[in-house]
Amino acid sequence: MARAVSTRRKILVTAAAWLAGLIVFFPILWMVITSFKTEGDASAMPPVFLFFHWTTENYAEILERSNYFLAAWNSVFLSIGSTLLGLVFAVPAAWAMAFAPGRKTKDLLLWMLSTKMMPAIGALMPIFLLFNYLGLLDNRWGVLIVMFLLNLPIVVWMLYTYFKEIPGEILEAARMDGASLWREIIYVLAPMAVPGIASTLLLNTILAWNEAFWTINLTTFDAAPLTQFIAGYSAREGLFWATLSAASTLAILPIVVLGWFSQKQLVRGLTFGAVK
Amino acid sequence: MATQQTRLLARAAVAPSVLMLFIWMIVPLVMTIWFSFHRYDLQNLDTYDWSGWENYYYFLTDPAFIQALIVTLTLVASVLVITVVGGVLLALLMDQPFFGQGIVRLMVLAPFFVMPTVSALVWKNLFMNPDSGLFTWISQSLHLPVVIWFTNYPLLSIILIVAWQWLPFATLILLTAIQSLDEEQKEAAQLDGAKPLSYFFYIVLPHLSRAITVVVLIETIFLLNTFAEIKVTTNGGPSTSNLPYLVYLTQQASDIGGASAGALIAVVLANIVAMFLVRLIGKNLEA
Repeated sequence: MARAVSTRRKILVTAAAWLAGLIVFFPILWMVITSFKTEGDASAMPPVFLFFHWTTENYAEILERSNYFLAAWNSVFLSIGSTLLGLVFAVPAAWAMAFAPGRKTKDLLLWMLSTKMMPAIGALMPIFLLFNYLGLLDNRWGVLIVMFLLNLPIVVWMLYTYFKEIPGEILEAARMDGASLWREIIYVLAPMAVPGIASTLLLNTILAWNEAFWTINLTTFDAAPLTQFIAGYSAREGLFWATLSAASTLAILPIVVLGWFSQKQLVRGLTFGAVK
Repeated sequence: MATQQTRLLARAAVAPSVLMLFIWMIVPLVMTIWFSFHRYDLQNLDTYDWSGWENYYYFLTDPAFIQALIVTLTLVASVLVITVVGGVLLALLMDQPFFGQGIVRLMVLAPFFVMPTVSALVWKNLFMNPDSGLFTWISQSLHLPVVIWFTNYPLLSIILIVAWQWLPFATLILLTAIQSLDEEQKEAAQLDGAKPLSYFFYIVLPHLSRAITVVVLIETIFLLNTFAEIKVTTNGGPSTSNLPYLVYLTQQASDIGGASAGALIAVVLANIVAMFLVRLIGKNLEA
Protein backbone atom coordinates (compact mmCIF):
# COMPACT_ATOMS: atom_id res chain seq x y z
CA MET A 1 0.00 0.00 0.00
CA ALA A 2 1.76 3.05 -1.20
CA ARG A 3 -1.26 5.28 -1.38
CA ALA A 4 -0.72 8.43 0.59
CA VAL A 5 -3.99 9.54 2.10
CA SER A 6 -4.42 13.02 3.39
CA THR A 7 -6.14 13.36 6.74
CA ARG A 8 -8.61 15.80 5.29
CA ARG A 9 -9.69 13.32 2.66
CA LYS A 10 -9.95 10.56 5.22
CA ILE A 11 -12.24 12.66 7.41
CA LEU A 12 -14.46 13.48 4.45
CA VAL A 13 -14.68 9.83 3.44
CA THR A 14 -15.40 8.89 7.05
CA ALA A 15 -18.30 11.32 7.19
CA ALA A 16 -19.74 10.14 3.88
CA ALA A 17 -19.36 6.45 4.71
CA TRP A 18 -20.95 6.80 8.15
CA LEU A 19 -23.83 8.78 6.69
CA ALA A 20 -24.43 6.10 4.05
CA GLY A 21 -24.09 3.32 6.62
CA LEU A 22 -26.53 4.99 9.00
CA ILE A 23 -29.11 5.56 6.28
CA VAL A 24 -28.99 1.91 5.23
CA PHE A 25 -29.09 0.73 8.83
CA PHE A 26 -31.69 3.25 10.01
CA PRO A 27 -34.85 1.14 9.46
CA ILE A 28 -33.43 -1.52 11.75
CA LEU A 29 -32.35 1.05 14.32
CA TRP A 30 -35.76 2.72 14.20
CA MET A 31 -37.47 -0.64 14.66
CA VAL A 32 -35.34 -1.39 17.74
CA ILE A 33 -36.05 2.06 19.21
CA THR A 34 -39.77 1.67 18.53
CA SER A 35 -39.77 -1.67 20.32
CA PHE A 36 -39.02 0.19 23.57
CA LYS A 37 -41.89 2.64 23.20
CA THR A 38 -45.45 2.50 24.45
CA GLU A 39 -47.97 1.96 21.65
CA GLY A 40 -48.99 5.59 21.99
CA ASP A 41 -45.44 6.85 21.54
CA ALA A 42 -44.79 4.42 18.70
CA SER A 43 -47.29 6.13 16.42
CA ALA A 44 -46.96 9.63 17.89
CA MET A 45 -46.94 12.52 15.43
CA PRO A 46 -44.43 14.18 15.35
CA PRO A 47 -42.40 11.09 16.15
CA VAL A 48 -40.41 10.89 19.36
CA PHE A 49 -36.79 9.94 18.78
CA LEU A 50 -34.95 9.39 22.03
CA PHE A 51 -36.72 11.33 24.73
CA PHE A 52 -39.71 9.20 25.55
CA HIS A 53 -40.66 6.82 28.29
CA TRP A 54 -38.48 3.78 27.54
CA THR A 55 -40.26 0.59 28.42
CA THR A 56 -39.72 -3.13 28.04
CA GLU A 57 -43.42 -3.91 28.35
CA ASN A 58 -43.64 -4.97 24.68
CA TYR A 59 -40.97 -7.58 25.19
CA ALA A 60 -42.72 -8.78 28.34
CA GLU A 61 -45.97 -9.02 26.40
CA ILE A 62 -44.37 -10.93 23.52
CA LEU A 63 -42.52 -13.31 25.80
CA GLU A 64 -45.66 -14.02 27.82
CA ARG A 65 -47.40 -15.27 24.74
CA SER A 66 -46.84 -18.96 24.23
CA ASN A 67 -47.28 -18.69 20.47
CA TYR A 68 -44.14 -16.57 20.24
CA PHE A 69 -42.10 -19.32 21.88
CA LEU A 70 -43.66 -21.91 19.64
CA ALA A 71 -42.74 -19.85 16.57
CA ALA A 72 -39.19 -19.22 17.81
CA TRP A 73 -38.74 -22.91 18.53
CA ASN A 74 -40.09 -23.80 15.09
CA SER A 75 -37.61 -21.39 13.49
CA VAL A 76 -34.73 -22.98 15.37
CA PHE A 77 -35.95 -26.48 14.63
CA LEU A 78 -36.53 -25.85 10.92
CA SER A 79 -33.42 -23.82 10.15
CA ILE A 80 -30.87 -25.83 12.12
CA GLY A 81 -32.63 -29.17 11.59
CA SER A 82 -32.88 -28.80 7.82
CA THR A 83 -29.24 -27.74 7.56
CA LEU A 84 -27.98 -30.61 9.72
CA LEU A 85 -30.01 -33.08 7.72
CA GLY A 86 -28.57 -31.49 4.59
CA LEU A 87 -25.02 -31.96 5.92
CA VAL A 88 -25.63 -35.65 6.58
CA PHE A 89 -26.38 -36.13 2.90
CA ALA A 90 -24.09 -33.48 1.45
CA VAL A 91 -20.82 -34.22 3.25
CA PRO A 92 -20.31 -37.63 1.61
CA ALA A 93 -21.54 -36.31 -1.75
CA ALA A 94 -19.31 -33.23 -1.74
CA TRP A 95 -16.38 -35.26 -0.47
CA ALA A 96 -16.72 -37.73 -3.33
CA MET A 97 -17.16 -34.99 -5.92
CA ALA A 98 -14.11 -33.10 -4.71
CA PHE A 99 -11.71 -36.01 -4.24
CA ALA A 100 -12.89 -38.64 -6.68
CA PRO A 101 -14.39 -36.62 -9.51
CA GLY A 102 -15.70 -38.53 -12.47
CA ARG A 103 -16.48 -37.37 -15.98
CA LYS A 104 -19.99 -36.39 -14.98
CA THR A 105 -19.20 -34.59 -11.72
CA LYS A 106 -19.28 -31.10 -13.17
CA ASP A 107 -22.59 -31.66 -14.94
CA LEU A 108 -24.03 -33.15 -11.80
CA LEU A 109 -23.01 -30.13 -9.74
CA LEU A 110 -24.51 -27.72 -12.23
CA TRP A 111 -27.67 -29.77 -12.44
CA MET A 112 -28.01 -29.63 -8.65
CA LEU A 113 -27.63 -25.89 -8.75
CA SER A 114 -30.23 -25.57 -11.48
CA THR A 115 -32.85 -27.36 -9.33
CA LYS A 116 -32.40 -24.52 -6.86
CA MET A 117 -33.29 -22.03 -9.56
CA MET A 118 -36.69 -23.50 -10.29
CA PRO A 119 -39.30 -21.06 -9.04
CA ALA A 120 -40.86 -22.43 -5.88
CA ILE A 121 -44.28 -21.59 -7.24
CA GLY A 122 -43.83 -24.38 -9.81
CA ALA A 123 -43.88 -26.96 -7.05
CA LEU A 124 -46.47 -25.35 -4.81
CA MET A 125 -49.63 -27.04 -6.07
CA PRO A 126 -48.30 -30.62 -6.01
CA ILE A 127 -46.58 -30.20 -2.64
CA PHE A 128 -49.62 -28.51 -1.15
CA LEU A 129 -51.98 -31.23 -2.39
CA LEU A 130 -49.60 -34.03 -1.39
CA PHE A 131 -49.15 -32.56 2.07
CA ASN A 132 -52.88 -32.09 2.39
CA TYR A 133 -53.42 -35.73 1.40
CA LEU A 134 -50.72 -37.01 3.77
CA GLY A 135 -51.83 -34.75 6.61
CA LEU A 136 -48.47 -32.97 6.60
CA LEU A 137 -49.79 -29.41 6.33
CA ASP A 138 -48.72 -27.35 9.32
CA ASN A 139 -46.56 -30.28 10.37
CA ARG A 140 -43.05 -29.50 11.55
CA TRP A 141 -41.50 -32.60 10.00
CA GLY A 142 -43.15 -32.01 6.67
CA VAL A 143 -41.79 -28.47 6.44
CA LEU A 144 -38.40 -29.74 7.63
CA ILE A 145 -38.20 -32.10 4.65
CA VAL A 146 -39.07 -29.32 2.20
CA MET A 147 -36.49 -26.95 3.72
CA PHE A 148 -33.89 -29.71 3.65
CA LEU A 149 -34.45 -30.33 -0.06
CA LEU A 150 -34.50 -26.62 -0.72
CA ASN A 151 -31.09 -26.16 0.88
CA LEU A 152 -29.43 -29.38 -0.22
CA PRO A 153 -27.99 -28.05 -3.52
CA ILE A 154 -26.42 -25.04 -1.78
CA VAL A 155 -25.04 -27.18 1.02
CA VAL A 156 -23.44 -29.57 -1.49
CA TRP A 157 -22.03 -26.67 -3.49
CA MET A 158 -20.57 -24.80 -0.58
CA LEU A 159 -18.97 -27.93 0.85
CA TYR A 160 -17.64 -28.81 -2.58
CA THR A 161 -15.89 -25.44 -2.98
CA TYR A 162 -14.34 -25.82 0.47
CA PHE A 163 -13.30 -29.46 0.03
CA LYS A 164 -11.83 -28.65 -3.37
CA GLU A 165 -9.29 -26.43 -1.67
CA ILE A 166 -7.93 -29.19 0.52
CA PRO A 167 -4.73 -30.27 -1.27
CA GLY A 168 -5.00 -33.78 -2.68
CA GLU A 169 -1.28 -34.39 -2.09
CA ILE A 170 -1.88 -34.57 1.64
CA LEU A 171 -4.29 -37.42 1.09
CA GLU A 172 -1.80 -39.17 -1.12
CA ALA A 173 0.89 -38.74 1.48
CA ALA A 174 -1.39 -40.26 4.09
CA ARG A 175 -2.17 -43.11 1.75
CA MET A 176 1.52 -43.71 1.12
CA ASP A 177 2.03 -43.97 4.84
CA GLY A 178 -0.46 -46.79 4.75
CA ALA A 179 -3.46 -44.99 6.21
CA SER A 180 -6.74 -46.74 5.52
CA LEU A 181 -9.62 -44.86 3.94
CA TRP A 182 -11.36 -44.33 7.25
CA ARG A 183 -8.22 -43.19 9.03
CA GLU A 184 -7.59 -40.86 6.13
CA ILE A 185 -11.04 -39.35 6.59
CA ILE A 186 -10.91 -39.07 10.36
CA TYR A 187 -7.34 -37.88 10.91
CA VAL A 188 -6.46 -36.04 7.74
CA LEU A 189 -9.59 -34.87 6.03
CA ALA A 190 -11.86 -34.06 8.96
CA PRO A 191 -9.66 -31.47 10.70
CA MET A 192 -9.24 -29.60 7.42
CA ALA A 193 -12.89 -29.90 6.48
CA VAL A 194 -14.35 -28.69 9.77
CA PRO A 195 -14.03 -24.94 9.08
CA GLY A 196 -15.79 -25.33 5.73
CA ILE A 197 -18.54 -27.44 7.27
CA ALA A 198 -19.00 -24.86 10.01
CA SER A 199 -19.38 -21.98 7.54
CA THR A 200 -21.80 -24.03 5.48
CA LEU A 201 -23.87 -24.75 8.57
CA LEU A 202 -23.86 -21.08 9.52
CA LEU A 203 -24.81 -19.66 6.15
CA ASN A 204 -27.52 -22.20 5.44
CA THR A 205 -29.06 -21.77 8.86
CA ILE A 206 -29.32 -18.06 8.12
CA LEU A 207 -30.90 -18.67 4.71
CA ALA A 208 -33.35 -21.21 6.13
CA TRP A 209 -34.26 -18.92 9.04
CA ASN A 210 -35.42 -16.24 6.60
CA GLU A 211 -37.12 -18.54 4.07
CA ALA A 212 -40.62 -17.19 3.68
CA PHE A 213 -42.32 -18.80 0.71
CA TRP A 214 -42.75 -22.36 1.89
CA THR A 215 -43.10 -21.50 5.56
CA ILE A 216 -45.97 -19.12 4.79
CA ASN A 217 -47.68 -21.55 2.44
CA LEU A 218 -47.28 -24.78 4.38
CA THR A 219 -47.79 -23.64 7.97
CA THR A 220 -50.53 -21.93 9.89
CA PHE A 221 -49.88 -22.30 13.61
CA ASP A 222 -48.36 -25.51 14.98
CA ALA A 223 -45.39 -25.56 12.63
CA ALA A 224 -45.29 -21.81 11.94
CA PRO A 225 -41.82 -20.28 12.35
CA LEU A 226 -41.14 -16.59 13.01
CA THR A 227 -41.54 -15.59 9.34
CA GLN A 228 -45.17 -16.71 9.50
CA PHE A 229 -45.65 -15.40 13.05
CA ILE A 230 -44.61 -11.90 11.94
CA ALA A 231 -46.71 -12.16 8.78
CA GLY A 232 -49.69 -12.53 11.11
CA TYR A 233 -49.27 -8.87 12.04
CA SER A 234 -50.17 -7.79 8.51
CA ALA A 235 -53.84 -8.43 9.22
CA ARG A 236 -53.89 -6.79 12.64
CA GLU A 237 -55.97 -3.74 13.36
CA GLY A 238 -55.31 -0.98 15.85
CA LEU A 239 -52.14 -0.02 17.65
CA PHE A 240 -49.52 -2.67 17.29
CA TRP A 241 -46.32 -1.01 16.06
CA ALA A 242 -44.45 -1.31 19.33
CA THR A 243 -45.29 -4.99 19.76
CA LEU A 244 -44.58 -5.62 16.07
CA SER A 245 -41.18 -3.96 16.54
CA ALA A 246 -40.41 -5.97 19.65
CA ALA A 247 -41.40 -9.25 18.00
CA SER A 248 -39.41 -8.32 14.88
CA THR A 249 -36.33 -7.39 16.90
CA LEU A 250 -36.43 -10.73 18.68
CA ALA A 251 -36.93 -12.51 15.36
CA ILE A 252 -33.99 -10.95 13.53
CA LEU A 253 -31.49 -10.35 16.35
CA PRO A 254 -29.91 -13.82 16.51
CA ILE A 255 -29.64 -14.06 12.74
CA VAL A 256 -28.19 -10.58 12.18
CA VAL A 257 -25.54 -11.34 14.79
CA LEU A 258 -24.77 -14.71 13.19
CA GLY A 259 -24.72 -13.01 9.80
CA TRP A 260 -22.14 -10.51 10.97
CA PHE A 261 -19.90 -13.36 12.04
CA SER A 262 -20.33 -15.07 8.69
CA GLN A 263 -19.52 -12.08 6.48
CA LYS A 264 -16.16 -13.51 5.39
CA GLN A 265 -17.73 -16.73 4.10
CA LEU A 266 -20.76 -14.98 2.72
CA VAL A 267 -19.43 -13.92 -0.67
CA ARG A 268 -18.10 -17.23 -1.91
CA GLY A 269 -21.03 -19.06 -0.37
CA LEU A 270 -23.61 -16.90 -2.09
CA THR A 271 -21.91 -16.75 -5.47
CA PHE A 272 -20.99 -20.45 -5.60
CA GLY A 273 -17.34 -19.53 -5.86
CA ALA A 274 -17.82 -17.24 -8.86
CA VAL A 275 -16.57 -14.21 -6.89
CA LYS A 276 -13.72 -14.61 -4.46
CA MET B 1 -5.34 -42.37 -8.76
CA ALA B 2 -8.81 -43.43 -7.96
CA THR B 3 -9.09 -47.15 -7.49
CA GLN B 4 -12.09 -49.23 -8.42
CA GLN B 5 -13.08 -49.32 -4.77
CA THR B 6 -12.89 -45.55 -4.30
CA ARG B 7 -14.92 -45.00 -7.41
CA LEU B 8 -17.70 -47.26 -6.20
CA LEU B 9 -17.64 -45.62 -2.81
CA ALA B 10 -17.79 -42.17 -4.42
CA ARG B 11 -20.83 -43.17 -6.40
CA ALA B 12 -22.53 -44.49 -3.29
CA ALA B 13 -21.74 -41.22 -1.52
CA VAL B 14 -23.24 -39.05 -4.25
CA ALA B 15 -26.26 -41.20 -5.06
CA PRO B 16 -28.56 -40.38 -2.10
CA SER B 17 -28.35 -36.60 -2.64
CA VAL B 18 -28.82 -36.89 -6.38
CA LEU B 19 -31.71 -39.29 -6.01
CA MET B 20 -33.54 -37.10 -3.54
CA LEU B 21 -33.05 -33.93 -5.53
CA PHE B 22 -34.20 -35.75 -8.62
CA ILE B 23 -37.41 -36.84 -6.92
CA TRP B 24 -37.90 -33.37 -5.43
CA MET B 25 -37.61 -31.90 -8.91
CA ILE B 26 -39.33 -34.42 -11.13
CA VAL B 27 -42.39 -35.41 -9.07
CA PRO B 28 -43.81 -31.89 -8.58
CA LEU B 29 -42.89 -30.99 -12.14
CA VAL B 30 -44.68 -33.95 -13.67
CA MET B 31 -47.68 -33.37 -11.41
CA THR B 32 -47.80 -29.67 -12.33
CA ILE B 33 -47.63 -30.52 -16.03
CA TRP B 34 -50.39 -33.11 -15.56
CA PHE B 35 -52.64 -30.67 -13.65
CA SER B 36 -52.05 -27.95 -16.20
CA PHE B 37 -53.82 -30.03 -18.83
CA HIS B 38 -56.83 -30.71 -16.63
CA ARG B 39 -59.86 -28.83 -15.51
CA TYR B 40 -59.14 -29.15 -11.80
CA ASP B 41 -61.22 -27.00 -9.48
CA LEU B 42 -61.01 -27.86 -5.79
CA GLN B 43 -64.46 -26.35 -5.21
CA ASN B 44 -66.01 -28.35 -7.97
CA LEU B 45 -64.27 -31.68 -8.38
CA ASP B 46 -67.06 -33.12 -10.56
CA THR B 47 -65.73 -31.12 -13.50
CA TYR B 48 -62.29 -32.78 -13.26
CA ASP B 49 -61.43 -33.66 -16.82
CA TRP B 50 -58.77 -33.46 -19.51
CA SER B 51 -58.80 -29.96 -20.91
CA GLY B 52 -55.94 -29.78 -23.40
CA TRP B 53 -54.37 -26.34 -23.72
CA GLU B 54 -57.40 -24.58 -22.27
CA ASN B 55 -55.70 -23.57 -19.01
CA TYR B 56 -52.76 -22.09 -20.86
CA TYR B 57 -55.08 -20.27 -23.21
CA TYR B 58 -57.07 -18.71 -20.36
CA PHE B 59 -54.02 -17.85 -18.30
CA LEU B 60 -52.16 -16.25 -21.18
CA THR B 61 -55.14 -14.27 -22.48
CA ASP B 62 -56.18 -13.02 -19.05
CA PRO B 63 -55.35 -9.28 -18.80
CA ALA B 64 -54.07 -10.07 -15.29
CA PHE B 65 -51.28 -12.11 -16.89
CA ILE B 66 -49.91 -9.20 -18.93
CA GLN B 67 -50.26 -7.02 -15.86
CA ALA B 68 -48.37 -9.57 -13.74
CA LEU B 69 -45.68 -9.92 -16.37
CA ILE B 70 -45.18 -6.16 -16.42
CA VAL B 71 -45.08 -6.06 -12.60
CA THR B 72 -42.56 -8.92 -12.55
CA LEU B 73 -40.24 -7.26 -15.05
CA THR B 74 -40.60 -3.80 -13.51
CA LEU B 75 -39.83 -5.15 -10.07
CA VAL B 76 -36.78 -7.12 -11.22
CA ALA B 77 -35.40 -4.34 -13.42
CA SER B 78 -35.89 -1.52 -10.90
CA VAL B 79 -34.40 -3.42 -8.01
CA LEU B 80 -31.45 -4.46 -10.18
CA VAL B 81 -30.75 -0.89 -11.25
CA ILE B 82 -31.03 0.46 -7.69
CA THR B 83 -28.93 -2.25 -6.09
CA VAL B 84 -26.21 -2.41 -8.75
CA VAL B 85 -25.74 1.36 -9.08
CA GLY B 86 -26.10 1.88 -5.32
CA GLY B 87 -23.92 -1.14 -4.66
CA VAL B 88 -21.08 0.11 -6.89
CA LEU B 89 -21.18 3.55 -5.26
CA LEU B 90 -21.30 2.14 -1.74
CA ALA B 91 -18.56 -0.36 -2.49
CA LEU B 92 -16.32 2.37 -3.93
CA LEU B 93 -16.93 4.48 -0.85
CA MET B 94 -16.25 1.65 1.54
CA ASP B 95 -13.09 0.66 -0.27
CA GLN B 96 -11.52 4.00 0.75
CA PRO B 97 -9.67 4.11 4.05
CA PHE B 98 -11.79 5.71 6.77
CA PHE B 99 -12.42 5.51 10.49
CA GLY B 100 -14.73 2.78 11.72
CA GLN B 101 -14.68 0.68 8.55
CA GLY B 102 -15.67 -2.48 10.41
CA ILE B 103 -18.75 -0.96 12.00
CA VAL B 104 -20.00 0.72 8.82
CA ARG B 105 -19.57 -2.56 6.98
CA LEU B 106 -21.76 -4.31 9.55
CA MET B 107 -24.41 -1.60 9.31
CA VAL B 108 -24.56 -1.81 5.52
CA LEU B 109 -24.68 -5.60 5.61
CA ALA B 110 -27.45 -5.91 8.21
CA PRO B 111 -30.60 -5.57 6.04
CA PHE B 112 -29.65 -8.71 4.14
CA PHE B 113 -30.28 -10.79 7.26
CA VAL B 114 -33.69 -9.35 8.03
CA MET B 115 -36.48 -11.77 7.18
CA PRO B 116 -38.71 -10.51 4.34
CA THR B 117 -41.87 -10.39 6.44
CA VAL B 118 -40.17 -8.20 9.04
CA SER B 119 -38.70 -5.71 6.59
CA ALA B 120 -41.95 -5.42 4.65
CA LEU B 121 -44.07 -4.78 7.75
CA VAL B 122 -41.58 -2.40 9.35
CA TRP B 123 -41.34 -0.33 6.18
CA LYS B 124 -45.07 -0.41 5.56
CA ASN B 125 -46.02 0.68 9.06
CA LEU B 126 -43.19 2.63 10.65
CA PHE B 127 -42.13 4.47 7.51
CA MET B 128 -44.81 4.48 4.82
CA ASN B 129 -47.92 4.79 6.94
CA PRO B 130 -49.74 7.93 5.73
CA ASP B 131 -50.90 9.03 9.21
CA SER B 132 -47.89 8.61 11.42
CA GLY B 133 -45.12 7.02 9.39
CA LEU B 134 -41.69 8.62 9.47
CA PHE B 135 -41.82 9.56 5.78
CA THR B 136 -45.04 11.49 6.38
CA TRP B 137 -43.34 13.44 9.16
CA ILE B 138 -40.33 14.17 6.92
CA SER B 139 -42.59 15.44 4.12
CA GLN B 140 -44.57 17.61 6.53
CA SER B 141 -41.42 19.02 8.10
CA LEU B 142 -40.12 20.00 4.69
CA HIS B 143 -43.56 21.34 3.70
CA LEU B 144 -43.82 18.87 0.88
CA PRO B 145 -47.00 17.05 -0.09
CA VAL B 146 -47.49 13.83 1.87
CA VAL B 147 -47.04 10.68 -0.22
CA ILE B 148 -49.65 7.99 0.41
CA TRP B 149 -47.25 5.20 -0.45
CA PHE B 150 -49.25 2.02 -0.64
CA THR B 151 -52.36 3.70 -2.04
CA ASN B 152 -50.78 5.79 -4.75
CA TYR B 153 -47.51 4.01 -5.48
CA PRO B 154 -47.97 0.41 -4.30
CA LEU B 155 -45.43 -1.11 -6.69
CA LEU B 156 -42.83 1.59 -6.05
CA SER B 157 -43.23 0.97 -2.30
CA ILE B 158 -42.56 -2.74 -2.75
CA ILE B 159 -39.61 -1.99 -5.04
CA LEU B 160 -38.05 0.24 -2.37
CA ILE B 161 -38.46 -2.41 0.32
CA VAL B 162 -37.01 -5.19 -1.82
CA ALA B 163 -34.16 -2.96 -3.03
CA TRP B 164 -33.26 -2.15 0.58
CA GLN B 165 -32.97 -5.86 1.30
CA TRP B 166 -30.76 -6.59 -1.70
CA LEU B 167 -28.51 -3.55 -1.62
CA PRO B 168 -26.20 -5.15 0.99
CA PHE B 169 -25.80 -8.25 -1.17
CA ALA B 170 -24.70 -6.22 -4.21
CA THR B 171 -22.45 -4.02 -2.09
CA LEU B 172 -20.73 -6.95 -0.42
CA ILE B 173 -20.03 -8.84 -3.65
CA LEU B 174 -18.84 -5.71 -5.46
CA LEU B 175 -16.68 -4.62 -2.53
CA THR B 176 -15.01 -8.03 -2.52
CA ALA B 177 -14.38 -7.68 -6.25
CA ILE B 178 -12.98 -4.15 -5.91
CA GLN B 179 -10.64 -5.29 -3.18
CA SER B 180 -9.24 -7.97 -5.45
CA LEU B 181 -8.16 -5.28 -7.90
CA ASP B 182 -4.46 -5.56 -8.47
CA GLU B 183 -2.48 -3.10 -6.33
CA GLU B 184 0.12 -2.73 -9.05
CA GLN B 185 -2.52 -1.79 -11.55
CA LYS B 186 -3.85 0.83 -9.16
CA GLU B 187 -0.41 2.31 -8.68
CA ALA B 188 0.36 2.26 -12.38
CA ALA B 189 -2.83 4.16 -13.05
CA GLN B 190 -1.94 6.67 -10.37
CA LEU B 191 1.56 7.17 -11.70
CA ASP B 192 0.17 7.75 -15.15
CA GLY B 193 -1.97 10.43 -13.60
CA ALA B 194 -5.31 8.86 -14.38
CA LYS B 195 -8.21 11.10 -13.37
CA PRO B 196 -10.67 9.52 -10.91
CA LEU B 197 -13.41 9.26 -13.54
CA SER B 198 -11.28 7.65 -16.21
CA TYR B 199 -9.72 5.43 -13.54
CA PHE B 200 -13.23 4.28 -12.66
CA PHE B 201 -14.44 3.73 -16.21
CA TYR B 202 -11.29 2.19 -17.67
CA ILE B 203 -9.97 0.17 -14.77
CA VAL B 204 -12.52 -0.40 -12.01
CA LEU B 205 -15.66 -0.97 -14.06
CA PRO B 206 -14.13 -3.53 -16.48
CA HIS B 207 -12.70 -5.34 -13.47
CA LEU B 208 -16.16 -5.37 -11.88
CA SER B 209 -18.00 -6.60 -14.96
CA ARG B 210 -17.87 -10.24 -13.91
CA ALA B 211 -19.01 -9.53 -10.36
CA ILE B 212 -21.84 -7.35 -11.68
CA THR B 213 -22.95 -10.17 -13.97
CA VAL B 214 -23.03 -12.55 -11.02
CA VAL B 215 -24.99 -10.07 -8.90
CA VAL B 216 -27.48 -9.47 -11.70
CA LEU B 217 -28.06 -13.16 -12.38
CA ILE B 218 -28.37 -14.25 -8.75
CA GLU B 219 -30.61 -11.33 -7.82
CA THR B 220 -32.79 -11.93 -10.87
CA ILE B 221 -33.42 -15.52 -9.84
CA PHE B 222 -34.50 -14.44 -6.37
CA LEU B 223 -36.38 -11.34 -7.49
CA LEU B 224 -38.42 -13.27 -10.06
CA ASN B 225 -39.78 -15.16 -7.05
CA THR B 226 -40.59 -12.20 -4.80
CA PHE B 227 -43.50 -13.33 -2.66
CA ALA B 228 -43.53 -12.56 1.06
CA GLU B 229 -43.12 -8.80 0.60
CA ILE B 230 -46.20 -8.71 -1.64
CA LYS B 231 -48.15 -11.05 0.61
CA VAL B 232 -47.83 -8.98 3.79
CA THR B 233 -48.13 -5.51 2.24
CA THR B 234 -50.70 -5.43 -0.56
CA ASN B 235 -51.70 -9.09 -0.80
CA GLY B 236 -51.49 -8.64 -4.54
CA GLY B 237 -53.89 -5.68 -4.43
CA PRO B 238 -53.83 -2.69 -6.77
CA SER B 239 -51.60 -3.98 -9.56
CA THR B 240 -48.79 -5.44 -7.45
CA SER B 241 -49.17 -9.13 -8.32
CA ASN B 242 -46.09 -10.48 -9.99
CA LEU B 243 -46.24 -13.76 -11.88
CA PRO B 244 -45.71 -16.08 -8.88
CA TYR B 245 -48.24 -14.09 -6.91
CA LEU B 246 -50.82 -14.33 -9.66
CA VAL B 247 -50.27 -18.09 -9.68
CA TYR B 248 -50.65 -18.12 -5.92
CA LEU B 249 -53.91 -16.15 -6.11
CA THR B 250 -55.20 -18.51 -8.81
CA GLN B 251 -54.40 -21.44 -6.55
CA GLN B 252 -56.13 -19.71 -3.62
CA ALA B 253 -59.19 -19.46 -5.85
CA SER B 254 -59.07 -23.30 -6.07
CA ASP B 255 -58.22 -23.32 -9.77
CA ILE B 256 -55.39 -25.86 -9.64
CA GLY B 257 -55.36 -26.39 -13.40
CA GLY B 258 -55.02 -22.70 -14.21
CA ALA B 259 -52.45 -22.16 -11.48
CA SER B 260 -50.39 -25.08 -12.77
CA ALA B 261 -50.34 -23.65 -16.27
CA GLY B 262 -49.27 -20.29 -14.85
CA ALA B 263 -46.60 -21.93 -12.71
CA LEU B 264 -45.08 -23.61 -15.74
CA ILE B 265 -44.96 -20.30 -17.57
CA ALA B 266 -43.09 -18.85 -14.57
CA VAL B 267 -40.72 -21.83 -14.61
CA VAL B 268 -39.89 -21.30 -18.28
CA LEU B 269 -39.23 -17.61 -17.67
CA ALA B 270 -36.92 -18.31 -14.72
CA ASN B 271 -35.07 -21.05 -16.58
CA ILE B 272 -33.98 -18.64 -19.28
CA VAL B 273 -32.14 -16.61 -16.63
CA ALA B 274 -30.91 -19.69 -14.81
CA MET B 275 -29.31 -21.00 -17.99
CA PHE B 276 -27.06 -17.97 -18.25
CA LEU B 277 -26.03 -18.17 -14.59
CA VAL B 278 -25.32 -21.89 -14.71
CA ARG B 279 -23.19 -21.38 -17.80
CA LEU B 280 -21.22 -18.60 -16.11
CA ILE B 281 -20.59 -20.65 -12.98
CA GLY B 282 -19.77 -23.68 -15.08
CA LYS B 283 -17.03 -21.76 -16.88
CA ASN B 284 -15.64 -20.89 -13.49
CA LEU B 285 -15.47 -24.55 -12.53
CA GLU B 286 -12.96 -25.26 -15.29
CA ALA B 287 -10.69 -22.41 -14.29
